[in-house]
Amino acid sequence: MIAFAELLERLTLTPGRLAKVALLRRFFETEPDPDRGIGLAALTGELSFQTAKAGLIRGLAESRTDPVLFAWSYDYVGDLAETVALMWPERPTNAAPPLLAEVVAALATTPKPELPALVASWLDASPASVRFAILKLITGALRVGASVRLAKIALAELGGGTIAADDIEEVWHGLLPPYAELFAWVEGRGPRPDPADAPVFRPPMLAHPLEAPDLAALEFASFAAEWKWDGIRVQLVSTPGGRRLYSRGADDISAAFPEIVERMGFDAVLDGELLVLRDGEVAPFADLQQRLNRKAPTARMMGEFPVAVRLYDILFDRGDDVRPLPFTERRVRLEAFVTRERPDRMDLSEIVTAPSLAALSVLRDGARAASIEGLMLKRRDSPYLPGRPKGLWWKWKRDPLTIDAVLMYAQRGHGKRSSFYSDYTFGLWRETEAGVEELVPVGKAYSGFTDAELVQLDRWIRNNTTQRYGPVREVDHDPRSGIVLEIAFDAAQRSSRHKSGVALRFPRVARLRLDKRPEEADRLDGLMRTIV
Amino acid sequence: MPHPETWLKVMPDGLWCEPGGFFIDPVNPVERAVITHAHADHARPGNGAVLASAETLAIMDVRMGEGRSGRTQQALAYGEILREGEVTLWLQPAGHVLGSAQVAMEYRGSRAVVSGDYKRVADPTCRPFEPIACDVFVTEATFGLPVFRHPPPAGEIARLLDSVRLFPERTHVIGCYALGKCQRLIRLLREAGYDGPLYLHGALLPVCRAYEAMGVPLGDLRPATVAAKAELVGAIVLAPPSAIADRWARRLADPVTCLASGWMRVRQRARAKGIELPLVISDHCDWDELCRTLVDVGAPEVWVTHGREEALIHAAEAQGRVGRALRLVGYGDEEEEDPGPGPSGDSVPHTTAPAGPGQSPGRAS
Repeated sequence: MIAFAELLERLTLTPGRLAKVALLRRFFETEPDPDRGIGLAALTGELSFQTAKAGLIRGLAESRTDPVLFAWSYDYVGDLAETVALMWPERPTNAAPPLLAEVVAALATTPKPELPALVASWLDASPASVRFAILKLITGALRVGASVRLAKIALAELGGGTIAADDIEEVWHGLLPPYAELFAWVEGRGPRPDPADAPVFRPPMLAHPLEAPDLAALEFASFAAEWKWDGIRVQLVSTPGGRRLYSRGADDISAAFPEIVERMGFDAVLDGELLVLRDGEVAPFADLQQRLNRKAPTARMMGEFPVAVRLYDILFDRGDDVRPLPFTERRVRLEAFVTRERPDRMDLSEIVTAPSLAALSVLRDGARAASIEGLMLKRRDSPYLPGRPKGLWWKWKRDPLTIDAVLMYAQRGHGKRSSFYSDYTFGLWRETEAGVEELVPVGKAYSGFTDAELVQLDRWIRNNTTQRYGPVREVDHDPRSGIVLEIAFDAAQRSSRHKSGVALRFPRVARLRLDKRPEEADRLDGLMRTIV
Repeated sequence: MPHPETWLKVMPDGLWCEPGGFFIDPVNPVERAVITHAHADHARPGNGAVLASAETLAIMDVRMGEGRSGRTQQALAYGEILREGEVTLWLQPAGHVLGSAQVAMEYRGSRAVVSGDYKRVADPTCRPFEPIACDVFVTEATFGLPVFRHPPPAGEIARLLDSVRLFPERTHVIGCYALGKCQRLIRLLREAGYDGPLYLHGALLPVCRAYEAMGVPLGDLRPATVAAKAELVGAIVLAPPSAIADRWARRLADPVTCLASGWMRVRQRARAKGIELPLVISDHCDWDELCRTLVDVGAPEVWVTHGREEALIHAAEAQGRVGRALRLVGYGDEEEEDPGPGPSGDSVPHTTAPAGPGQSPGRAS
């Protein structure tokens, strides 16, 4: 449990992806079975037991600490489990800290009334970091900032290059903690686990952005085009072994969208886009966001934000792996599937036809609906391959919209950017009811600038700070002095959650407009008029 | 026997020993000062006559420049007894940093001890705290909450070295205060068997040289500021806390940002400062040490100078002692200093200080 507790703490505080993978890999290399497998399950959210409630922790604290000191400590630390972990009065004991597997097994079997005494005995035998890990585990609140994907990359590294993270994806959802056969396989001690009929996730095929040189070389006739919808990519898996709805990142999101899973009474694996659809119209992404924020939706949410899947592709058709087939043949299979099954809340992604690339480009630019990001171009002969193979699928986004906005606040970045002010809040002008011109923040941008521009902005921000609010600096933004940023974004959508009444999709810095003064920046009402 | 409160008084300039005619760690320049240790919040420039341990005087000269630490200086060895009028005075090791001392005073049979900042855990760079029985014990309470328990420092150094092994291509940069923490970290690393070069920010070197001159060997120290980037790959670099995540650190190889401080016990503080590897190493007492010290000195009355006095007074009262908050202004944890505007053109006013640890419950400030 000591190694697991240390891993948790380091993952929480480490910003870098590679560093997280190194930490995970070392944990898997050095911890014995079954602890490492239980640790993997804990990190990937696969553990399920009756979690203890905050009341149990509070009760433990009351039994062992002075109430006045506890109240002050809790007030200072702000987190119940951490407060108790830190101030738990240590009792000299001969017992070693419990093993992770021991804790998890006991939590699953111990009757509730016996839980407080058991947890107290663990806390007595453990240092503070282990106490924290135990308390977070039993309240089900392990938040470590490590994605499941990173754990799979680390596992794949154990294989020394013989197994890819995508190979692990294909068996992952058929496995159970503590994953003994998975470890045996990646360490070359056993066969590949056979998922059989389990509804496992298949790594999706992704596209490259289509930039000018590739566009010029594109053989138009070899490609089919589809709209690129602004929802989330999903994979629908329905086999005799079960049904699952997965996100692009292999998260099982079935529980969040029961109305889709209910209607998956077929035997197939499908690729599509999850959208909020009202009377055939795709709603803005912000509507889907409402559903994504929930683990399980209420009936009201389901009524207010009705979801559907627009189908792009078929991977398995009644048990046949059709991924090696060319796109056109899979499309025929997909159309036949839709005709045969007539699945409710699912429709076919339309094939967009045009006589030439130029004509297609006109269609792309003409689609101003915020829910369309642009076009997808797929080689007609492309098999369905995991990852992002070059030259087969392209995403051809619409030219971004731009505004000239004024830099208002700046915050330091994370990791490699922690010494730079690299997160920028920008605003547009509007007139207040009193008739005064004011800047209102409309968004935040973290990218798009060059390294040289970052250095330039960082220096300017440090020299032109007018206020500090903790880590945030407010910078000079007078009509006549300040920095104007040209901000590119994919779409503007109405939002009642923002002071400005508008939310931008993917805002980024297109360039610095040092030639402009803030008074020449754009106005909020102009931006609002562009919303379809 | 006069109660110490009749002869040891809180004045705007600091704690005043009236019959001895001197202040202890005055916050403003005074005629006669006794200095417990050389940290900037306790040892300030511009005093007249200054009495302190020889080590403290030497470090003050290094940090302030010769002549600025007091018009006249008088060194007093630990345990050496001095009479000032009717007051008997001596210094006793406080275990905080090299030269740090408690000030013991006796007046007409009543004894008060001003601890200054102190700790109880062993420190290879200075003599350990020696408790003195007294009527009034004047203590700090920087980490005066039971959530603050500093783990054994050797374990924290082991975590650091483990991380250096795991990330051999990255620089580990450790934020640490220039006086005391820096040299203690270096000694701890040496004791753990790390005998390679250690790279130091320029602000840390002078005090290291002073420590070495006073018999604390620190091994191979090199300036980090002029080192080639390739040399810093896999290296350990020490720097003031204000430098580790700022422009200075851009010379380092994909740094793992570490901070050695008692505050690192609380995760949220590490996260808020962007610290990747917190090292809970402090030169102050943790909660258990504070409570144990009250028992060791056996004083019926405890005065708390600064820090989280409510909690410590609450604990003192639970031990059957009288507790009193002095609410002295101007002392803090040296690790918590706000670096303020940086050296290059950051001359803008800033109106909002970063949130300190003592926003609640009530800190003397």
